[in-house]
Order: sequence, then structure tokens, then C-alpha cells
Amino acid sequence: MNAPLRRVGVVVMILFGLLFANLNWIQAYKADEYRNSDYNGRVQVAEYERKRGNIEVGGTAFALSKETDGKLKFQRTYPGGAMYAHVLGYKPVNLGDTGIERLENDFLAGTSDQLIANRIKDMFTGDQTGGGNVLLTLSKRAQETAYKQLNDNQVGATRGAAIAIDPRTGAVQALVSMPSFDPNPLASHDTNEATAEYNKLDKDKDRPLANRALAETLPPGSTFKIVVAAAALENGVGQQTEIPAGSSYTPPTSGQPIRNAAPSICPQSEVTLRQAVTQSCNTGFAQLGVRLGADKIKEKARQFGFEQEDLSVGESGEKGGLPVAASRTGEMTAPGGGTDPAALAQSSIGQRDVRMTPLQGALIAATVANDGSQMRPYLVKQLLGPDRTTVYDPAKPRELRQPISSQVAKDLRDMMVNVVKEGTGRKAAIEGYTVGGKTGTAQSGPNTPDHGWFIGFALDKNGTPVSAVCVELEQAGSGGSAEAARIAGRIMAAAIAEGR
Amino acid sequence: MTAAAVPAASPASTGEQPGVRLARSRRNAELSLLLLAMVLVAAYAATVEANVLDTVTTDFWIPAAALGLVFLGLHLVIRWLAPFADPALLPAVALLNGIGVGFLRRYDLAQATPEERETLAIFAGTGGRQLAWTLGAVVLAAALLAIMRDHRSLSRYAYTLGLAGIVLVMIPAVLPGRFSEVNGAKLWIIVPGLGQIQPGEFAKLALLAFFAYYLVRKREVLSLASRRVLGIDFPRGRDLGPVLVVWMISLLVLVFEKDLGTSLLYFGMFVVTLYIATERVSWLLIGLILFFGGAYLAYVLGSTVGGPFANFYDRAQIWLDPFAEPYDRGYQLVQGLLTLGTGGLFGAGPGGGQPTLLPEVQTDFIFAGIGEEIGLFGLSALLVIYLLIVERGLRAALAVRDSFGKLLAGGLAFTLGLQVFVIVGGISKLIPLTGQTTPFLSAGGSSLMANWLLIAVLLRVSDGARRPVTGGGGPAARPAGGPPEQLHGAPTEVIRP
Repeated sequence: MNAPLRRVGVVVMILFGLLFANLNWIQAYKADEYRNSDYNGRVQVAEYERKRGNIEVGGTAFALSKETDGKLKFQRTYPGGAMYAHVLGYKPVNLGDTGIERLENDFLAGTSDQLIANRIKDMFTGDQTGGGNVLLTLSKRAQETAYKQLNDNQVGATRGAAIAIDPRTGAVQALVSMPSFDPNPLASHDTNEATAEYNKLDKDKDRPLANRALAETLPPGSTFKIVVAAAALENGVGQQTEIPAGSSYTPPTSGQPIRNAAPSICPQSEVTLRQAVTQSCNTGFAQLGVRLGADKIKEKARQFGFEQEDLSVGESGEKGGLPVAASRTGEMTAPGGGTDPAALAQSSIGQRDVRMTPLQGALIAATVANDGSQMRPYLVKQLLGPDRTTVYDPAKPRELRQPISSQVAKDLRDMMVNVVKEGTGRKAAIEGYTVGGKTGTAQSGPNTPDHGWFIGFALDKNGTPVSAVCVELEQAGSGGSAEAARIAGRIMAAAIAEGR
Repeated sequence: MTAAAVPAASPASTGEQPGVRLARSRRNAELSLLLLAMVLVAAYAATVEANVLDTVTTDFWIPAAALGLVFLGLHLVIRWLAPFADPALLPAVALLNGIGVGFLRRYDLAQATPEERETLAIFAGTGGRQLAWTLGAVVLAAALLAIMRDHRSLSRYAYTLGLAGIVLVMIPAVLPGRFSEVNGAKLWIIVPGLGQIQPGEFAKLALLAFFAYYLVRKREVLSLASRRVLGIDFPRGRDLGPVLVVWMISLLVLVFEKDLGTSLLYFGMFVVTLYIATERVSWLLIGLILFFGGAYLAYVLGSTVGGPFANFYDRAQIWLDPFAEPYDRGYQLVQGLLTLGTGGLFGAGPGGGQPTLLPEVQTDFIFAGIGEEIGLFGLSALLVIYLLIVERGLRAALAVRDSFGKLLAGGLAFTLGLQVFVIVGGISKLIPLTGQTTPFLSAGGSSLMANWLLIAVLLRVSDGARRPVTGGGGPAARPAGGPPEQLHGAPTEVIRP
């Protein structure tokens, strides 16, 4: 019986050899993968060992880490609560992170390659200096005004968005999506509580987690007329050129007449382009659109930034950031490519399949204000090392595109200023500043209230653009665009006040 | 199979005694190795405290010393009752047991709040309980050594043990889940309010004693009467009966106790003792085919019929891709792998890991929990210690003069090795994970006691193997009851046709 016993000994050795080989596979070959796996709770604990940096606006931290005596050493808190939620995002223990917290995660956590010198220094000094800080371009006053005015709007809208940018640089001055949410419970170390809160927000029918300023589109209504007007100005139409108008216009091939918002608007058979913009003359723009043709309008819209799918708002460079939905012009031609005057007429007044993000609206206004040059929007002013003295990645404003010439921009500016001076956007006016803009009222459906829009800009005494804004009130109903204009004026005034 | 015809006849002359030509007891070697093991355990405890508490308390050595005293007691019993026993067994097992106690205390520290840590009593928590279990298990082992002065006396109770083994296996299967099920495996007898024992751990020993006895009696028939197919000798159909019975039992265990590991353990144990007894490779082939065929059948039935087979199917699915449901069914295995991976080559150091993140770290996954802290190098050392124990057991089997002793020691040593393979292979995704204890490391009295009894038997057999034939080895030289008649008279001289 000794021979089999010896063989059994060999078998046991083989079995143990398999165990040993397998342990080598796991603990040597796969070790790094397993050590840094998303499922590995140790990664998280390690992440919370180092103090995460602040996200700051105007010298105040709106995302910061406080020491706790729990298993995870630092608790992420958001003193701004819901006001900054859609910009900052959140950094939860068990859920996916979002916003700037996600974009600048490496830098905030201190694991970024840029901070390697700090980590090496720490190794020698034995310190834990923590992560770097992120400074945002937001204006505290503009953000606060936008949040409060939007949430206290006088037309009872429960959903909407506002965004303000500096036309000269593209720096975002304010970004609010309504309704918002408090990110603090999501960052709770009690993961059950965080999950429950997330599920509650996720199921809310008003979708508070959605960033309506960047990632949601709605029909832009008459604000889209600026794009059509730009196309017209480039095709031989001047501010004083008479264009066909009237109280009603029925495009050939369609029985659906297009009417104006009120009988008092451009009932005469012809108005100047300037008057059409000032009064927001639907019949005039519908016929102008049909005259220009689908290609010219779509092309102009594309030049303004419609159809761009890969824009994101974060750093001034191409690093990525908060995702931006593509604005669309939709089909304006008949199936098969023939002209479809009905579709073209409706699209020209920002209806039918035209969809726009509030950011796109603000970019149009900013382009007009900035002499035709559209700057790339960004949120991160600079990164500040853990020592708070070393600056990384200071923002370098870059032109995104040039949709219109300086002359066309000047004409559009004149007309938009007239809208605020004596037209539909009077409530946006700011004492001591030249404000221009365009209102928009878009049908949301057969039985639902209209969306109210306003896009606009403010110029100082020297004609330098200081702020461009877009306010959107979803299903605000009657008076929505006027209320949007009023809020836009308040936001720009706040941005100006802070900038002064 | 050249040795097939070599008889174990006139045992005294042909029984192999590798390296034991000199009848030296080597008890002093055992004592010094034991001291070394306890120094290692104390060093482990000190490192744990330094890492977890940032300071080494003045009491750090107490668990190691307490363990040392317990093992020293067993050492003295061996000196007295089994003076020629293998000197490497006790220190090797003592080291594993000590590391187990040390890790469980380390786990207690990790679970305690920072305030509690300072005052955590040495004998509190899982670690303290394990220390108490160790005392109980070692006393049991000493008692077995005292009662069983000659391993051959076991064969007199073979049928009783066999019956007891089957009953022990079956009890959890027939008990309602409330009294037998823990974490999906029906392996327990739970006495509400009192505690729980895992009868399978003891059944393993009883069944093996029965197998050894049965096979010694039947080995001629099983190894001779055969039919030759494809160059391999296959046994006659009617001789397959007992094997099929054991196969059925192990499949029943698989299905009703929802435990692949125990099933594999019983079946592997039986097939290997059968192979050792008959020296026929065909038995191994039959065994492997039956087992894998059965497992595959259970897998297929689990995926189609479900019912009692569903658990096995689930486990196989988890094994195939644990990361498919990392927070759900695959959670344990995934966390085990991540824990091992985090340990890497050198580990985080004793006390430096985060065992609280790993479910079942004090029982099934203790090897992974330890692995996070001592790394691949430390785990390899542990594997080598296990291998040492197994090979020492096989060595005792080689050296002992009677067939029953050979089968008993060989089977037990292999079973221990197989159990380590099943659980360590399970947590490292080499084979599907099943709830086995890691011998001498896992928290739990049943496993500890059963495995210490196993070691006591190995010690007894190795003592019998190494003892000078002419006796004079003190009181132990006189076997309590003398060898049973049937083994004495069994015709072991076999002539091959």
C-alpha cells in the first residue's frame, strides 16, 4: 500500500501547487486590478483618508470636507445646499459622483498627476496635506440672485433654468436649474440613507437631478428669431428693409395659419426687420424664413452652435466637464428633400422641431454682444494646490467659433437693445447699462401652458459686454417671457454689481 | 502499479520506516519547535497591536503564553503516552492554531470602537472564545491519546463508528432548516439558545475509521476480481455497491445540505482510501467520473429543474463569473478576491488590513483575511505548513506496519489536505466556493475539535510507526487491547493471477 500512499502524497502536492499558482495569479498578477477595483471598499476608505480639497466661489467654499471620527475620516458637506447643486454635483460614498466633484475628482482628492510633487514631499515630511482646491468662475451674487429669482418667479413655474456667462471670456457667472436638490444627504456616510435620498430624487416627476441649463432642450420660440434675423442680415436684408407681415400668414401647402401673439402686433402688410424683432412679429419671420429657405436657416443655426454634440462645460481647455445636450433645428423640409413651407414657417419662429438648451440661448446672446465671437463657456477659473499658493491650469479663454460678422452682430445688437427699450423685453432693463435681448414664448403642447424664454446681454457705458444670460421658465403660461426678462435683468445686474 | 503484488505481509519486516531507523523520540525537537511557534504567535500579536492600537500593550503576550501552556500540556502528554510520535506535527498545528487565534483577536479589535479597543479583554470576543475552544480541543486530543493506546483498537468499533458517521451526516439534512441551516448550508445542529455544532466535522473522522476497516477486509476482492477494459482493470459490478452507496450519500449531502465542499470531501476521502487499499487507478477514474458526472448533472438539473439543485447551480454561476453580480450573489467571493489582491506580495502587515470589509472573515474567508495582511509570501508559508502536516501524516502511514493504520493515517492526512484545498481553492476562485472551515484557523469549536482529534490519531499512528518493534517504549508500548483478531489473521499475502 505504500506506492499509492506515495502517489497520494504527490497528488496533495499538486493540489497545493494549484493553490499556490492560483494565489500567485490573484496576489501578484491581478493584485493591482483588485486593489484599485471599484468594488473594493478599501479604495473608498483610502480616498477618505486624505482631506479632499474645497470647491470655492468668490473666496467661499461651497464644497468642503469636515473631519469625523467614523470609519471614513472626512464628511463632504455642501454649505450652499441646493443653490450650487447642479454645478458642484456631489461626491457620495456609494453612488456615482457628478458635476465639478466628478470632473476635478483627481485634483480634489490629491491623486492628480499635477500634485505628484506634493505627494512626494508628504512622503518625506510624513504630512497629509490633502487634496487641491477648485476655484469656480461663478459670481456669488449672480448665482444667488438667479437661484432666488427663479424659485420665487411670479408666474408660478416649477421648472426652469437660468445661465449667465461673460460674453468676452465665456466664464459662467451663474448656472441654476429648477427644481434643485440638497446634495448633503447624498454624501451621507450612511449609504442606505444616501441611496434612499437618491431614489427619492430620481423618482421625483420634476426630475430635480436633471441639469436643465445644460442638458435639457425645449422649443425656443421667438428667441430663435435672432438666428433667422442673422441669416436675413447676411442675405441682403437690412434693419430698415420692409418685410411682409400681416395679422395672419398661411404658408402654401398648409391650412394652418400662423398668427401673432396679439392682434396689435404687426397687422400691417409690411414692417421693417427692426420692427419685426422689436415686436416679435411671427408672420413677418415665418415669411422671412420661407423666403430664405431651410438650408440658410439651418446653416446659420449650426454656426451658432446648434447640432454640436460634444460640448461640455468645465475647464477652459478640452478636458471635458458637465455634459451639454445638443440643440437641434429639426427637419424643415418635406420628406424627400422638397421644400415644406409650413415646416419652415413654424421652425422660423422657434416651433415645430426646433429645440434649444438655455446655454445655447445664452451663447447666442453672448455672441451678439461680443461682436460675433463666441467664447467657449467654462466653469473652472483655476486649480489651487493644497498649499493654496500654487496655481494650476489658470483658465485661458478661447474662442469657440465666429458665427456672424462684426457688422451683423452690431445690427442684431441694435435691434435687441430696441426690444428692451421699447419692445417685449422692457422688464430686463438695468439702470445705467445698455441691455438688449429677445423674448420667446413657445407652445409646449396642445393643452399645456407655454414656455417663457428670454435671452439677452448687458453692455456698460463704453459698449463693452459684461454679461449674457438666458432664462427659461418651463410651462410658465401667460407672462412667462416677460417674467423671464425681468429675472434675466436681475441676474445680469447682480453679475455687474459683483464684477464692479 | 508495479507494487501491486507487494504484500504487506509479516509487517515488521517489510513495513517501510523511512528515516526512523533510529528509535529516537525527538521530543526535545518538538518542544523547541513548539517554543519557536509560540514566539512567532507572540510576535504576530505584538505586530497586530502596534498596527491597530499604535502601541504594544504590556499584555500582548498573554494569548500566546496561554496557548503555549495548553500546547505544552499536550506535549507532556505526548512525552508520556506517545513518545515516538512525529515531532513536527504538534508545533506545525500549534502555529496555525496560534495564528488563527491571533487573527480572530485582531478581528475583534477591528470591530471594536476606538474607545473599546483600549480595554478589550484578552479573553473576550471571537479570539477569546477560540482560545477556550483550543483548550477544549487539545484536552480532547490528549484524552484520545490516553484512551487509544494503539490505533488498531479503533477497528473494533469500526461498524459503530460507521453508523455514527452516517447518522451525524444525516442529522442536519433531516432537521428543519431552522435547526440546521446557516448561510444557506444545512450543515449544523442548532440548539436554540445553547449553540451549534457542525456534526460533519466529526463524521469525517468516524467514516474514515470505518472505510479503513472495511477496505482492509475487502481489499483482496476489490483489487483482484476485475475485468480488463482498455488496459485498465475495472472491478466487478457487485463490488461497486459500497462505492455507489457512498457516492449516493455524498450526492445527497450535496443536494439536501446544499454543500458541495462536504460532498467533495467525503467522496474524495473514500475514493482515495479505496485507491490506497486496492492500488487500482481504475477506482480513481471511476470516482472522478462519478463525482464530476454527478456535479455536472446537479448543475444541469439546477439550471432546468431548480428545486434542491438550484443552490449548486447558483454557486457554479458565481464561480464562473463572480463580478457579474458584485453586490449581490457574487459579493462574498468578489470581496474575498479583492482582499487577497489588496494583500499583494507582502501584505499590509498583521493588523494593517481591513478585515471588517470582508464578510465571513472569521470563518470561511479567514484565509483571505489573513492573506490581506501577510501577503502571498505569508500565505505560501501557511500552505507549506499545511503541506508539512499532510505529508507528515502520509509519512506516518508509510511507516506504520499494519494495513488499517496505513489506511487510517493516509486517509486522514489526505482528507485534511483536501479540506484545505476545497476551502482555499474556493475563496480564491480555483473551484466553486463552498462553506468549509479552514482547519485550525477558522473560528468555531466543532472544526477545531475534530481537526485536533484528527491530529491525535495521526500522532498515535506515527508513534506506532516509529516505535521500536521490540518495545520498551514505556507504558505506551503495551497496546490497550491488542490488535483485533481479524487483522492479525487476515491473509495479506496476495498472488496475482
